[in-house]
Amino acid sequence: MLSSTGHPFIFLLPVLAIAIFWVMAKFEPKPVGVTKKSFFERNGTPVAIYLIVAVAFWSLFMIVLPQLFMVEMSFRPKLPPIEMGGPKDLYTFENYHYFIYGSTTSSDAINWVHIKAFFLTIFASLLVALFNFALCYPLAFYMAQVARPARVRFLLLLLIAPYWVNEILRAFAFRIIFSSGGLINKILLGMGWVDQPIDFIGNDIALYAGLGYAYMLMMIFSLYNAIETLDHAQIEAARDLGAPWWHIHAFIVIPFAKPGIASGCTLVFMLSAGSLAAPLVLGGPRSLWFTPILYDRFFQAFNWPQGAAYAFILLLACVSFVLLVLRLGRLSLGEIAK
Amino acid sequence: MTAAVEIDHLTVQFGLFTAVKDVSLQIRQGEFFSFLGPSGCGKTTILRAISGFQDPTQGVIRIGGQDMSGIGPNQRPTALIFQNLALFPLMTVSENIGYGLRVRGVPKADRDRKVDELLNLIALSDQGHKKIEELSGGQKQRVAIARALAVEPKVLLLDEPLSALDLKLRQHMRNELRAIQRRVGVTFIYITHDQGEALTMSDRIAVMNRGKIEQVGNGRDVYEHPQTSFVASFVGENNGFTGTITKISGDQAEIETSVGRLVGLNKKSLPVGTKATLFIRPEAMQFGAQGENNLSGTAADAAYEGMTTHLTMKAHDGSSIVATLTGAPAREFPSQGSSVSFAFATRDALILPA
Amino acid sequence: MSSKTVMNVMLAFYMAIFFGFLFGPLIVMGVSAFNTSTYPQVYPIEGLTLSWFEKLLNDRDMVYGLKNSLWIGMWVVVVSVPLGLAAAMMMSQIYSKARSFYYVIVVSPVLTPGVIIGISTVVFWRDLTTATNSKFLYDGVFMAVLGQSSFISAYCMLMFMSRLNRFDRAQEEAGLDLGASQTQVFFHILLPFLRPAIFSSAVLAFLSSFENYNTTTFAILADKTLTTVLAGRVRQGTTPAISALAVLIIAVTVVGAIIYEIVKRREDRERQARLDAAHAAELRELESIEKATHHA
Repeated sequence: MLSSTGHPFIFLLPVLAIAIFWVMAKFEPKPVGVTKKSFFERNGTPVAIYLIVAVAFWSLFMIVLPQLFMVEMSFRPKLPPIEMGGPKDLYTFENYHYFIYGSTTSSDAINWVHIKAFFLTIFASLLVALFNFALCYPLAFYMAQVARPARVRFLLLLLIAPYWVNEILRAFAFRIIFSSGGLINKILLGMGWVDQPIDFIGNDIALYAGLGYAYMLMMIFSLYNAIETLDHAQIEAARDLGAPWWHIHAFIVIPFAKPGIASGCTLVFMLSAGSLAAPLVLGGPRSLWFTPILYDRFFQAFNWPQGAAYAFILLLACVSFVLLVLRLGRLSLGEIAK
Repeated sequence: MTAAVEIDHLTVQFGLFTAVKDVSLQIRQGEFFSFLGPSGCGKTTILRAISGFQDPTQGVIRIGGQDMSGIGPNQRPTALIFQNLALFPLMTVSENIGYGLRVRGVPKADRDRKVDELLNLIALSDQGHKKIEELSGGQKQRVAIARALAVEPKVLLLDEPLSALDLKLRQHMRNELRAIQRRVGVTFIYITHDQGEALTMSDRIAVMNRGKIEQVGNGRDVYEHPQTSFVASFVGENNGFTGTITKISGDQAEIETSVGRLVGLNKKSLPVGTKATLFIRPEAMQFGAQGENNLSGTAADAAYEGMTTHLTMKAHDGSSIVATLTGAPAREFPSQGSSVSFAFATRDALILPA
Repeated sequence: MSSKTVMNVMLAFYMAIFFGFLFGPLIVMGVSAFNTSTYPQVYPIEGLTLSWFEKLLNDRDMVYGLKNSLWIGMWVVVVSVPLGLAAAMMMSQIYSKARSFYYVIVVSPVLTPGVIIGISTVVFWRDLTTATNSKFLYDGVFMAVLGQSSFISAYCMLMFMSRLNRFDRAQEEAGLDLGASQTQVFFHILLPFLRPAIFSSAVLAFLSSFENYNTTTFAILADKTLTTVLAGRVRQGTTPAISALAVLIIAVTVVGAIIYEIVKRREDRERQARLDAAHAAELRELESIEKATHHA
């Protein structure tokens, strides 16, 4: 997008961005007949300038432009710095081609390793989301509808506490537990239930447990917030009418908490699919998660354009997932991003 | 003397809805002036237009003779007391009262003197250090008034500030507001839907309905000489009988209604054939004797309120007619379902265009 | 056994599993920090030691990473809190047709995987600084701050939005009516009202920054933060020194949580005292009115 020869006019970009917002604020459309103050009168000039500069900087320089640059880069060849912007710097699909067909020197016709890792990541993240939902739903329901306020406060504190410790340390804890000399294997061996330590890490069991653990809090909070707003009288009424407990959950609580469930599942899915720490720490030598492959594109292959392409593929998968959830649940983005 | 506030052909529209329609009015210096009307009648919009929060769609507002167009609320010589008071909860009582002076850059010493003076006026002298949360409902009211008076406004605007208080305190605060107004001599413009408040406190009242002023006058005028059907039925209790004028004799007219022919004063000189309503106050209605006009029906209810009793009669057309009586005659009101009759004098009844 | 007892037993069983899953790993890690065994383990306890903590403090990379993390965290607070506030204030003002578009843009960083944010930040600033000959901005710490702030600002925005929803517009109007300018209203009335949200979003921003790995590992380039050093150590092999770090972090946060709880309780008590005072004043007031009407 930008050549390396240096264009000082790039410094005009921020000015331009601010100008766009300025014009938007200045020529704000007004409903007929309503006399309303302008953006600048409403906020006072200094505050209005602060708002415009801050929002323009954030939305353009920290959100939109980086994404656009990344997507743009994914369509460029890997070149040494000298040749960038040179005659070889042409737009190409080679990075996406690589994802599907692998390198030209490879013997396989199709890049199974990466494709498999990609779909496995998506599928496993889905499972992690569903597993989390099943694990957290009873507790969320208990806190939102059954427990007394004092107890809810205590439970919330207990729930939040482990999340003060960072993700890598949490993953590390799972590694201690699941490693071949770890606690679980010691117990199993000591009890005489197995005579060989089980390779939890190589089988990705540690990874899935670690991922589930890492994002439990998001699920709990999404569910809890949604179920809490359900009027308890509705449950009482259903019980009075003789509805069995599973019926109450399936036809009253879950439909009501739909936005919370969608938001919890979306968050857990996204976080798992995009997770890097857990797969790096808990992934075995043979395990295939997409983000470490992505990571290696940058730090081992030093092929940034290809890494950008992989990142874009992951982003597309996540966006599609969100859109799918929104469509299936007939929800708006505002309902799940809270 | 120029008017304290002059509203000149004011119209305010919100999209397609017209909240205030071509209102013109002059409010005098030092007056306690009330806007009375049901919710949605446009009274709050007028108040917001005077204070500068609402720009007029058409028309001009002048304060002390000066055109206020294009002058923001922070530049106007008005101070507003909000319905919820809008005291600043994170500031102390003194900081609240001194806020207007602080933003005007008044030196701290002068500010403190003024705040002390006002704390004295509202009888909260030693409580300046308190947080708003620590005050009682009545004390909060007084702080809001002091905060508004601190900036020495020409006009004080009050948006139903008493509505959140309970009855006893509300009645007490009416007297206190009136007393403060007399003492400081500032023009008060008061918004309310409570006729009791408007009648007890105001020098003059503007009764509003659907964005228009129906009548302006003092309490007695508005209550005893309503100019429109709306004023007659909104201010105080009233029995209304709608029909067509059939006969005119002098200042009286006869009207044909569904409960019979009734005669009342025709101050508006309505001609024969006009659709009109005859109003008669419950306290002017008599029970137990025949009079100039008689109404018959069946006894429905007698609500005893100590000093007075409200008797309700069901007329033959199904409408309810109320008579408010003091003393003995009420005790003779028969049990439900028996036939009874009410009477009233022609001079007590008022005929107004429907 | 009645069905209620069965339910209670099931509930207790479920709770035990749930919280066992939640705290088990941390307890295991915590105990292993004090065990002399060179492999982090709980059983058998070969002897108690504090040497792992000592080893940790002598780990130069860790200490350097920690300093860097604190430095980055501070800047993230400085950047994200004002950005989040501005974005939240803009939300209610932007006209309705543009609002949903605006919302999608500013909420998207919350839903974008952290690695992608890290990658895109690096790619963008590399291109931009190359093109403008301002290579000094192509710096790990600078980009880590911007990359993290990209989504942390969105967290802050969501917190400010919920606080702003509870702001009484009459407060603002009262300020204006008393003669304050819009700017004075912003500083005297709106900001003090937002203070709790400013505080909590600052804490959230700092903690999110401090523990972030996914975005930082790309954005930091060759530089280090505590999490990237830690990730490197964990990948190399497991040592109880890492458990010791976890214990320290847990200890610091527990102390923090306790202080927070104490402060909160004191505030609650003070507030209650004020409300009691108001109630007493209310009663006195009614009494005095009563008296006045009696004598009259």
